[in-house]
Amino acid sequence: PLFGLTKYGGRRTVTLIPGDGIGPEITTAVRELFEWMKVPVDFEVIDFHGADPDAEKRMDDAITSLRRNGVGLKGILSTPQGRATRTSLNIKLRTELDLFANVIFCKTPAGLPTRHDDVDIVVVRQNTEAEYSGLEHEISPGVIESLKVISREESMRIAKYAFDYAAKTGRSKVTAVHKANIMKQGDGLFLQCCKEVASLYPNIVFEAMIVDNTSMQLVSRPQQFDVVVTPNLYGNIVGNIGAGLVGGAGLVPGYNIGNDIAVFEPGARQIQQSLTGKGVANPVCMISSGAMMLRHLGMDTFASPIEKAVRSVLTRGDVRTPDMGGDHTTADMSRAIIDEVDAILTGAEASA
Amino acid sequence: MLSRACRRLSSSAAAAQQMHKVTMIPGDGIGPEISAAVKQIFRAAEVPVEWEDVDVMPTFDEFGRSTIPQRAKDSINENKIALKGPLGTPIGKGHPSLNLTLRKTFDLFANVRPCRSVKGYKTPYDDVDTVIIRENTEGEYCGVEHEVIPGVVQSIKLITRDASMRVANFAFEFAKNNKRSKVTAVHKANIMKMSDGLFLECCKEVAERYPDIEFEHQLLDKTCLMITEDPHQFDVMVMPNLYGDILSDLSAGLIGGLGLTPSGNIGATGIAMFEAVHGTAPDIAGQDKANPTALVLSSVMMLRHMHMHEHADVIERAILDTIAASKETRTGDLGGTASCSGFTKAVCDRIHQ
Ligand SMILES: Nc1ncnc2c1ncn2[C@@H]1O[C@H](COP(=O)(O)OP(=O)(O)OP(=O)(O)O)[C@@H](O)[C@H]1O
Ligand SMILES: Nc1ncnc2c1ncn2[C@@H]1O[C@H](COP(=O)(O)OP(=O)(O)OP(=O)(O)O)[C@@H](O)[C@H]1O
Ligand SMILES: [Mg+2]
Ligand SMILES: [Mg+2]
Repeated sequence: PLFGLTKYGGRRTVTLIPGDGIGPEITTAVRELFEWMKVPVDFEVIDFHGADPDAEKRMDDAITSLRRNGVGLKGILSTPQGRATRTSLNIKLRTELDLFANVIFCKTPAGLPTRHDDVDIVVVRQNTEAEYSGLEHEISPGVIESLKVISREESMRIAKYAFDYAAKTGRSKVTAVHKANIMKQGDGLFLQCCKEVASLYPNIVFEAMIVDNTSMQLVSRPQQFDVVVTPNLYGNIVGNIGAGLVGGAGLVPGYNIGNDIAVFEPGARQIQQSLTGKGVANPVCMISSGAMMLRHLGMDTFASPIEKAVRSVLTRGDVRTPDMGGDHTTADMSRAIIDEVDAILTGAEASA
Repeated sequence: MLSRACRRLSSSAAAAQQMHKVTMIPGDGIGPEISAAVKQIFRAAEVPVEWEDVDVMPTFDEFGRSTIPQRAKDSINENKIALKGPLGTPIGKGHPSLNLTLRKTFDLFANVRPCRSVKGYKTPYDDVDTVIIRENTEGEYCGVEHEVIPGVVQSIKLITRDASMRVANFAFEFAKNNKRSKVTAVHKANIMKMSDGLFLECCKEVAERYPDIEFEHQLLDKTCLMITEDPHQFDVMVMPNLYGDILSDLSAGLIGGLGLTPSGNIGATGIAMFEAVHGTAPDIAGQDKANPTALVLSSVMMLRHMHMHEHADVIERAILDTIAASKETRTGDLGGTASCSGFTKAVCDRIHQ
C-alpha cells in the first residue's frame, strides 16, 4: 500500500488535546484513521477535563507541548459560567500562544439536504482580544463594566490574514463584519484597518456589513458571502450561524493560527454535553480538521484521500449520524471513511 | 345584512364612548406612506383610536445632546401609547441616534420583537414563532469608549442589576400574559463572567418566581447554531442589548425580512412605543413601494397592549390573509407586484368582507 513508506523525511509529533464533551470520541476517530493509514504523525496526548482540579496546570503542559511541537489537534475544554469562576482554558491557550486567527469553514456538503444550497463561507475571526479580554469589574454594587479592547495592531493583522487567505485561495470577496454605528471608536478602528488593507488588494471585492444585518443576510441569502472577517465575538456568532446553515457543528472544521503555531479544532467549538458518551457524535468536523492539519504539515498525500473520502461518504449519504438525520454511530462513520480511503488508495494503486 | 349593520352601529357606538388617543410619529423615508396605511386600516376596522400626529425632529442643547420637541414629549407622556414610523439619523457625526434619544427620554427599557412565519409566504424556515425581548438601555450601547493609548480602543459594556432584573421580570410577565411556555436567557457568561454572569443571575432569580414557565439558559453561539438549524424549538428569549439586536435581525431573516417584523418598546413609566424593526428605506421612499406590514403588525401589538384584542385579531388576520392570497396582493419585498396603497386597499377590503 501507498502508505507503507513515507516519501519525505521523518515523522512529526503533534500535540493532541481531546478536551471535554464529545472531544475524546471524535479525536479517537482521527487517531484510528491516522493509524490505519500509517500517517507519520505521533500524538503527544494531553488528556484532561475543564473541571479537573489540576486543569490549569495541565493546560500549561499542553501549552509547553504545543510550543515544542508547533502543531496540535484539539477538542473544546469546558468553561465554568458566572462570577468568580476561572477564565476559559481555551482562551488561555489562544492568547498565550498568540493564535490570533481562527478560521472556520462553512461549506454545504454535496448530497446532504440542508435549508440552503451552495453555501461556502470562510470565517476569519480575530481570536485573542475584544470581548474576550476578560477585563471586567464591579464599579459599584450591581453595576458591572466589561471592557472590549480593539487594537490597531491586531485588527491590521487579522485583516491582512483574511485578504491574504482570499488571495491565496482564489476567493473574490471579503466582508468585514462590525457594529461601528454603535461602537464608533472600537469597531470603527477595526473597520478602518480592514479598509486600509482592502486598498492593497484591488482584485478582491471589499464589503462592510453591520453584524445584525449580516445575521439576517446569512439566513436569507448566505450565498452572497465568501470570506468574512470579524472581531472576536462576531466571529463566534457568524461561525455558528454558518455551521447551522451547512448541516450543523458536526460538519464544520477549523483551526487557530499564529506566526509559529497552529492548532486545529472544530469550527463551531461546541462541547455537546448532551451527546457525550453516546457514541453518536459526528466525527467529520474533527476528521476534516485533522486533514487540514496534515496539509499544514506538508503531508498532502495523506490529506487528499481523507478529504476525498469525507466528501464521497457525505455525498453517498448511506452512513449518517443523527445530526445528519441518520441513525449511524461515530464508529460507523469512521469506518465508512476508512473504507472509502481504502477504496481511493486501492483505485489509485490500480491505475498507477 | 341588517344585523351586520346593527352590529357595526353598536360597536362603533361603544367605541365612540371610549376613544383612545394614541400619539403617531409618522417618521421619515417610507414612514409617512406606511403610517398612512395603518390609519386607513384602522378606519376600515373601526378601531376606536384617535391619532395625535407629532413631529420629533430633534433640537440640540448646549452640550450637543439631542432632545425631542416639548409637544411630542407632552403628547407621549399623556397618551402613554405611541406608534412610530422609522426615523432618519440626524445629520452630524457623534450625535446619538434619535431612536436612542426617544428610548432614553421615555426610559423604554424592553424591546419586544416577535417573529412568526407568515403562512403563504415561503422561506426555508416555516416554523418560526419566537419573541425576542431585548434589554434596551445599556450593555454594549452605553456609548462609552476611549482610546487608552494610540491604536488601542476600549469600549465599555455596562450591565446593571437593576436593568437586568427589570427586563427579566418583563420577559416572564410577558410569557405569562401571552400564554408562552418557555423563556430562554441568552448570554455569554463563560467569557464575560461578571457582566453576562450578572444578567444570567438575575434571570435565574426571576425564573424562580414563575414555576409554571420553563426556564432555560443558553450561550449565544449555541443559540445562533440551533436557531439557524431549527428555530421551532425557541419560544420567548431574553437577552442583553447587542445579542437582542443580532438575534432579532436573524429571526427576521428566517421569516422573510424586514418588511414583516414588528416591535414594541416598553417603558418603566407605563409608556409603550410600537415601531417596525426596519429603517427609513431611503431607496424606495416616496415611490408607493413599501410594505406596510411591519408597522401594521406593530399596531396590532399595540392594540393587544391596550387590551383591544378583537380589533387586533381582525387586522392581523386580514393582513396575513392578504399576504397569503396571491403574488398580486403582496409588495415587492415579498416578491409580489402590489404597491403600498394597493396592498393596503386589499387589506381594507378584506376587513370589510
Ligand atoms: N460533532 C457533532 N456531531 C453531531 N452533532 C453535533 C456535533 N457538534 C454539534 N452538534 C449539534 O449541536 C447541537 C447542540 O448540542 P447539545 O444539545 O449537545 O448541547 P450542549 O451539550 O448543551 O452543548 P454545549 O455544552 O456545547 O453548550 C445539537 O443539535 C448537536 O446535534
Ligand atoms: N417596509 C419595507 N418594505 C419594503 N422594503 C423595505 C421595508 N423596510 C426596509 N426595506 C428594505 O430593506 C433594506 C434595508 O432597509 P432599512 O430601512 O433598514 O434601510 P437603511 O438604509 O438602514 O435605513 P435607515 O438608515 O433609516 O436605518 C432596504 O433595501 C429597504 O428598501
Ligand atoms: Mg438591528
Ligand atoms: Mg437601518
